[in-house]
Amino acid sequence: MNGLALKPGQLDVSHGPILYLEDVSVSFDGFKALNNLSLYIDAGELRCLIGPNGAGKTTLMDVITGKTRPDTGSVFFGQTIDLLQMDEPAIAKAGICRKFQKPSVFEMLSVFENLELALATDKGVWATLFAKLTGAQRDRIEQVLETIGLVELRSQPAGILSHGQKQWLEIGMLLMQEPKVMLVDEPIAGMTHQEVERTAELLLSLQGERSIVVVEHDMEFVRSIAKHVTVLHEGSVLTEGTMDEVQNDPRVIQVYLGD
Amino acid sequence: MLFKNDKAALSVLAVLAAISLIIPLCNLIFSPGSPLYFSAYTVSLLGKYITFALLGMSLDLVWGYCGILALGHGAFFALGGYAMGMYLMRQIGNRGVYGDPLLPDFMVFLDWKALPWYWHGFDQFWFAALMIVLVPGALAFLFGWLAFRSRVTGVYLSIITQALTYALLLAFFRNEMGFGGNNGLTDFKEILGFNIQSDAVRACLLMASGLILILAFLLSRWIVNSKLGRVVTAIRDQEMRVRFLGYRVELFKLWIFVFAAMLAGIAGALYVPQVGIINPSEFSPLNSLEIVIWVAIGGRGTLYGAIVGAVLVNYTKTLLTGWAPEIWLFFLGATFILVTVLLPDGLLGFWQRRLQEQKQ
Repeated sequence: MNGLALKPGQLDVSHGPILYLEDVSVSFDGFKALNNLSLYIDAGELRCLIGPNGAGKTTLMDVITGKTRPDTGSVFFGQTIDLLQMDEPAIAKAGICRKFQKPSVFEMLSVFENLELALATDKGVWATLFAKLTGAQRDRIEQVLETIGLVELRSQPAGILSHGQKQWLEIGMLLMQEPKVMLVDEPIAGMTHQEVERTAELLLSLQGERSIVVVEHDMEFVRSIAKHVTVLHEGSVLTEGTMDEVQNDPRVIQVYLGD
Repeated sequence: MLFKNDKAALSVLAVLAAISLIIPLCNLIFSPGSPLYFSAYTVSLLGKYITFALLGMSLDLVWGYCGILALGHGAFFALGGYAMGMYLMRQIGNRGVYGDPLLPDFMVFLDWKALPWYWHGFDQFWFAALMIVLVPGALAFLFGWLAFRSRVTGVYLSIITQALTYALLLAFFRNEMGFGGNNGLTDFKEILGFNIQSDAVRACLLMASGLILILAFLLSRWIVNSKLGRVVTAIRDQEMRVRFLGYRVELFKLWIFVFAAMLAGIAGALYVPQVGIINPSEFSPLNSLEIVIWVAIGGRGTLYGAIVGAVLVNYTKTLLTGWAPEIWLFFLGATFILVTVLLPDGLLGFWQRRLQEQKQ
């Protein structure tokens, strides 16, 4: 940015990270889901979050996307955008999009319509009422259909898709939103071996232009995609590093195998 | 296209157009002895059913498409009805029992000296017509703004919509409110300068109701087929997900809720001149529950299902209350339970599935 003044609300990643979480704590009825967690995600990186059940992975995504308000701490998108001042639609519009753990597609709508709803465009009520797809938007949907391998199923209701196809459709919906950060919660749950491989390829091809944060339990999958892994435990970061470093860390071994 | 391969919707429209055109014409052209004659009673009755159909269809937008189980939808119908009633009261002029040129009879009876401020303007039809949509719309906006912004959903929302219509029921019962207390508004004489009791006016009211229902159906159909319609359906199925796609869910709910309230207001306004009275019982929570039953029986989320359901249930009600009034509510309750358990898509949904199975 070289000293150029930024407009308010403009994303500034000039210092490297695109997401800054500092000293974030969330508690539910006394249970500390997140405990002074600090985490930085760099622009363009693909980061994997691992950790045993209850480590706070999903709560972390809830905090970033505005679903849960932390009790303390700060969450910034770039250096200038304070996510704690925004609600879910505003955060989504700013460019942080999320795939849920349980695939959440609109089962009554067709595959094409699911992507159409996700399309990055004016999402006001009146604009939506009179919305008509432009040629470029149609092309973009076709392109994403191609990427997620659902071209043939475009007019089928999303409800008939297999579990793995629903996962892809949801990834496709993220792509339609043209996000700067994609939060992907358990993308390969319920997928066959081949589907897992294709998903790994897909995620690897998407990094760079955007940052991707993947939460996953499957260590083999994490090893196949991640250069950088963060381990969460009891609501804070236990350690960070390459998959090898992390897997050989005695604390990590203890968390996963101990007790 | 609006009707790609949708024979059910087209048939409902065709039947509707036929009823609202042929029956009033037969009533006017043929004399009572003729086999083609339909009595004024039949004409009014059909007109009433059509306004109920419009009311049911408006609830289907909110409940069938957006998943908001509004149990106070009758309130908007009643408000539209009262707005029309106020216009009709002002048309009476000095022909009331007390002969006051300005004040309606009930105000003279209460010994009021002047017309309350909110009765001004209702001597003009255009003003009343505006209020018929604006008053229900404004109430729906206020209520929806508060409820949807606070993310009140599900059974809690249903309960407060019941409370809303119940509160209005109690308010309109009070004489001080200036809406005729428990007697409501009645003894209408003229509409737009024509005798409201005449056959020609009744025939015109049925035609107008049919025409407005058809137009409202086409407009609603266009809305649910638009991208907004798809967002609304998506909200019904996965509200949270829609929010994460960047849509302000509360504004979409509010929009469809206000639009439906306006349609309900129009339905109420068409209902009042055809039955000749509007009183607070129209706000009764039971009425609002009945609307839900019409929609459930006809079939949710199709628009025409609600139309068929409303007409069918009310026709049965007319037959049954004439024959054995005490069993009507039991019958309605039992039908509702049976339909919910056995035919979750309503009668039309069931019928369509049968047709599809036969094809295969």
